[in-house]
Amino acid sequence: MIGILRRTAKPIALAACIAGASIGNAFAQDDSDTIKVGILHSLSGTMAISETTLKDVMLMLIEEQNEKGGLLGKKLEAVVVDPASDWPLFAEKARQLISQDKVAAVFGCWTSVSRKSVLPVFEELNGLLFYPVQYEGEESSKNIFYTGAAPNQQAIPAVDYLADQGVERWVLAGTDYVYPRTTNKILEQYLKDNGVAEEDIMINYTPFGHSDWQSIVSEIKAFGSAGKKTAVVSTINGDANVPFYKELANQGIEATDIPVVAFSVGEEELAGIDTAPLVGHLAAWNYFMSLDTPENDDFIDSWLEFIGDDDRVSNDPMEAHYIGFNMWVKAVEKAGTTDPDAVIDAMIGVAVPNLSGGYSAMMPNHHITKPVLIGEIQDDGQFGIVWETPGLVPGDAWSDYLPDSKPLISDWREPLGCGNFNTETGQCGGAS
Amino acid sequence: MSVRPPDAPNRSRAFLAALACLALVLFLLAPAAVHAQSEHGAEDLRPLLSGLNNGRDFDKTAEGIRAIAATGNPAAAALLQSFRAGNLEVRKSDDRIVRVEKRGGETVAIDPLTGEVLGELRRRDTRRISINNNLRNLVDEVVAGMTLRADDPAIRQTAAREMLAAASADNIEPLRAALAEETDASVRQTMERALAASLLRSDASLEDKRAAMETVAALGDRQALQLLTLAASDPELSERANRLIAGVERQLAFWEVAQNVWFGISLGSVLLLAAIGLAITFGVMGVINMAHGEMVMLGAYTTFVVQETIRIHYPGLFEASLAIALPLAFCVSGLIGILIERSVIRWLYGRPLETLLATWGISLILQQAVRVLFGASNREVGNPDWMSGAFQLGGMSITYSRLSIVIFSLIVFGLLVLLLQRTAFGLQIRAVTQNRRMASTMGIRTPWTDALTFGLGSGVAGIAGVALSQIDNVSPNLGQGYIIDSFLVVVFGGVGNLWGTFVGALSLGILNKFLEPYAGAVLGKILVLVLIILFIQKRPRGLFPQKGRAAEG
Amino acid sequence: MTTISPTLLTRFAVGAIAILLVGSLVVIYLNLGLPADHAWHVPTYVMSLMGKYLAFALLALSIDLVWGFGGILTLGHGAFFALGGYAMGMYLMRQIGDRGVYANPLLPDFMVFLNWDSLPWYWLGFDSFWFAAAMVILVPGLLAFVFGWLAFRSRVTGVYLSIITQAMTFALMLAFFRNEMGFGGNNGLTDFKDILGFNIQSAETRAALFFATALAVSLGLLLCIWMVRSRFGQALVAVRDAEARARFIGYRVEHYKLIVWTVSAAMAGVAGALYVPQVGIINPSEFAPGNSIEAVIWVAVGGRGTLVGSIVGAVLVNFGKTYFTGAFPELWLFVLGALFVVVTIFLPRGIMGPFFGMIDRRRQRRLAAEQSESAARASARREAGIEPDDAATAGQGAAQ
Repeated sequence: MIGILRRTAKPIALAACIAGASIGNAFAQDDSDTIKVGILHSLSGTMAISETTLKDVMLMLIEEQNEKGGLLGKKLEAVVVDPASDWPLFAEKARQLISQDKVAAVFGCWTSVSRKSVLPVFEELNGLLFYPVQYEGEESSKNIFYTGAAPNQQAIPAVDYLADQGVERWVLAGTDYVYPRTTNKILEQYLKDNGVAEEDIMINYTPFGHSDWQSIVSEIKAFGSAGKKTAVVSTINGDANVPFYKELANQGIEATDIPVVAFSVGEEELAGIDTAPLVGHLAAWNYFMSLDTPENDDFIDSWLEFIGDDDRVSNDPMEAHYIGFNMWVKAVEKAGTTDPDAVIDAMIGVAVPNLSGGYSAMMPNHHITKPVLIGEIQDDGQFGIVWETPGLVPGDAWSDYLPDSKPLISDWREPLGCGNFNTETGQCGGAS
Repeated sequence: MSVRPPDAPNRSRAFLAALACLALVLFLLAPAAVHAQSEHGAEDLRPLLSGLNNGRDFDKTAEGIRAIAATGNPAAAALLQSFRAGNLEVRKSDDRIVRVEKRGGETVAIDPLTGEVLGELRRRDTRRISINNNLRNLVDEVVAGMTLRADDPAIRQTAAREMLAAASADNIEPLRAALAEETDASVRQTMERALAASLLRSDASLEDKRAAMETVAALGDRQALQLLTLAASDPELSERANRLIAGVERQLAFWEVAQNVWFGISLGSVLLLAAIGLAITFGVMGVINMAHGEMVMLGAYTTFVVQETIRIHYPGLFEASLAIALPLAFCVSGLIGILIERSVIRWLYGRPLETLLATWGISLILQQAVRVLFGASNREVGNPDWMSGAFQLGGMSITYSRLSIVIFSLIVFGLLVLLLQRTAFGLQIRAVTQNRRMASTMGIRTPWTDALTFGLGSGVAGIAGVALSQIDNVSPNLGQGYIIDSFLVVVFGGVGNLWGTFVGALSLGILNKFLEPYAGAVLGKILVLVLIILFIQKRPRGLFPQKGRAAEG
Repeated sequence: MTTISPTLLTRFAVGAIAILLVGSLVVIYLNLGLPADHAWHVPTYVMSLMGKYLAFALLALSIDLVWGFGGILTLGHGAFFALGGYAMGMYLMRQIGDRGVYANPLLPDFMVFLNWDSLPWYWLGFDSFWFAAAMVILVPGLLAFVFGWLAFRSRVTGVYLSIITQAMTFALMLAFFRNEMGFGGNNGLTDFKDILGFNIQSAETRAALFFATALAVSLGLLLCIWMVRSRFGQALVAVRDAEARARFIGYRVEHYKLIVWTVSAAMAGVAGALYVPQVGIINPSEFAPGNSIEAVIWVAVGGRGTLVGSIVGAVLVNFGKTYFTGAFPELWLFVLGALFVVVTIFLPRGIMGPFFGMIDRRRQRRLAAEQSESAARASARREAGIEPDDAATAGQGAAQ
């Protein structure tokens, strides 16, 4: 044994040296006079399809800010990493961005699971994350700013609109994961509260990337031919949408018969489909590329110029990053530092122009105020806006339609400083 | 001419649609008036045009639509249809309502009434006129009313169908009037059914309803069921209605089974297409080809490139785009396959498990290469017209795209079997894969055969990609979605046996579609996987095992 | 495939264990013992990352055991890894107690907002660490036992076996995605607070977890060496190289396979259990067939059938992934893909293969030299009229 040890001692030393050197190299950090901004979006794997665009938008916003003279007299520097649609890798990359690269803020994540994966990291290392995608709510972290829609900023207004259009029978179709489950739970309760009978609601879940929609579309068709006006509320996720819409079109379900309102289908997703047979199907968002405002025109112009392709589109999460980034810039200017605690305090109450012609403000629950728009698909792949909320809707972290979530409120201002304060027990839940 | 009083208290659109129809009937019954109208022509509608443009005040726009319909002007239908299609926009420079059209790569503004070209348009020169689904429905209804007695039977048929779908008491009169002079048998039938459906929704006499029930029952669909249920609430009719309902339900149940079989066959044909290239590279050659899915993806992207080129340079060829894409996709994927074989796989014969590793690496590279070249997002591949829509076969609807894919997969399979069994090249492939050294001794250039076989498998995967681009996403991840299913199909059928792949794909497809309605899509798929695992325990070499020494390889 | 002598395997394994244990202690000292601004300080982040690599290394080791020595190419080992991870994750979820966002003392958050009113039966017991630890081994072990018992008894081999292992992990992935299963659906289990009463985020706990992982890899290596060197291991290699012949001689082939398969699955489960607290999340994508294939690739990159090679492969590939996804976010897939292709073509025995080959060759040269030397001596002796049998004995030694 000793002999073996002695014989292997030399290679061990050698290996240790090599390993040490390479690790040291890989994790070396450079200090320079810039403010670093982390971009944590998947550039490969299944989510690259949606997230790559957001990386580009962030690069554009950072470039524009630098042209305006940077921030606090320093240039901004983007640090792009690829978490590769791999959820644990999101956590690892987040850790790397905060503790190795020392970024001042991170803009990133798309799926809920990626956010759930990085949340403990941001809380532990006291980082700042701007999350730009609509999600199921039921969360409010001190270190995360949710610039996408909460369910009350998307799902409920959409259902209201359809009910107003005479819809009495509802299909809630979604991909089987937490966002559709929660949203459908909320909607089911909401519909029942509004007098919709049990048998007028059909709920259907499909796996990720589901591509054979024949049976389900024909089921929907059957459900919709019971004499009452029927609509489909779709929380079907990204990839599965194209075959779903293609099947709808092929089986001849037109929006005038059974409209589909989707929460995850925007301009980017429609870019992969011939929209002529889909005209009239709906989507609920807080932004559409077709918005006719000067801010939006400017944004689109600079986006098209930046990306160098006139056929590209803009979408809701891009606007969310636009709002989030400008809010962060404003908060840093207000705080005079990029120190996380100071910025977190300064963020609340910051209001910046959104692209629909108004101002969005950061609420004490770290969600923002937004208008809710409903658009119908047009044959050019854009949405024609048919309805919008009269004013801005503040995002609600804790839904009023889930029994356990109802008593919770979130307010990160002092003296409360709590993301999940239970108004019934008067206590702040959780470890903090 | 009857003019709708502007302060009509009843804003029920059905009522007004009927009014419009009535107006039309009157108008058509008076040839003199027609003459008078056409003299004034479409220009009469100009003052009413602005009634279509009310921003998001859709109720007001609905009034505008009715006002236009109520004129009975022959140009109204075309005008409303271009409004429904979303082609009417407001030119910002002079607030004029124009029809927007793409002509030869340029967007031009056209006067919606005269058809006169008003000039070119650039981005943001115009603003869309808002329209929503309810307005589209309204336009469909009023246009149906206006075109129920059009000259073209196809238009009459559409109008009659619309009336059938939107059956209501108000449709009875126009339908009766139209029926009186209808000559086309199939249009007559639709009209009669629409009339029957409308009668059941009205307070017509019992005799009328009794007759209508029989007509409606012949429809045999869910609408019939719904109308009959409505009729059954009348005690006088309930007995007969219930018997008819039972009949319709039996019919529906039968067609549901038929529909499931069809769905299964169609899913099976997709699986067959996806797997058939793999049946060659993996099944025949023994290469665990993890890059197979990427070959399918390359085929789909070839289709995209072909369609893009056609769209820009030869718009007339669009209908033929898939036919053009097929040989190209075969060549692109096939050549890349040969390249892969020559550069990587050929070093690995006899080490099948290592081919897994190398081809996995290749698949990563190909995915990322496509992502860099074409971007990460989905690309649009359009359906040619002959592949869009569906037709009715008894109680089930069969979509043309699925039907084409079923037929296409059968053709591909048939050709491949012929190639392997009946040609000299097929003989060489089989010889090389069964006994390489012996084949080489007999004068077969084995490296050449290897490369061509791998190229063939990849090429077939490429043409599968052309078909799959019609029903699925064209994205860099396309291949990943099919790779596991493809391997399962080949293994389930029996490695090395094309017929096994065929039977395997179809049976898995049908099994899946019969489980889905009961277990749901997710659980159904899990059950299929578990069943495959158990099946392999029973038959460790798949459905059609290879016999003899080759089996031990 | 060529077999490396057990002695040589052992020597490398002992070396690897020494590096692992000494190295991990050094890293822990550099992390905890030095101030953060010290030039040699290792950040906690890097230490956790190494812990993750080592958990992957244990998974790779378990695959090398079945693939390198049992000849079973598994494309579903990620399933056992993930099941072990879920068992640990369930324990960690129960440790959260009433510190979840809804402050529900009994139910995890994801059950609360989906209106579950009680804990499903299969969650019972997971509040105890030892129960969970037992499950980490038992659940993957049991699944592997049942699966293997069915598969090996009916002589499912080769690619058929590989593909049904893939079907198994795919089916499990779909099942765990379902929210009705009660494992948190797509979001999985996350936001852990404590392990055995220690704060899971503190540097000390992380150091302990890191060391535990290094220790587990070491123990795993010892177990593998022990199995490979035993009579069992030799029979196993015989089964791998000529299954039919081994069966005809009278070995119960399926028993050998079943044992090594089950042991390997349990090892993978332990790897998963160590992985989860260090990365902070377990979710169904760990079951994805791609992950299992990637793990097989680590083994191939390191060198199949070398044990130590699988550890080297797992650490190197994952380190490469960490480095390249940060340094070349757009290009890293090209690098990774090319690495796999290059390794297969130019290093068919993996990275460690040439080392083993070199030493083997040197040994053979030495033996051959000894042989010729002794032969010369023998002939000299023969010439001198002394006993001539030594040369034959030396030849036997070389063949061993």
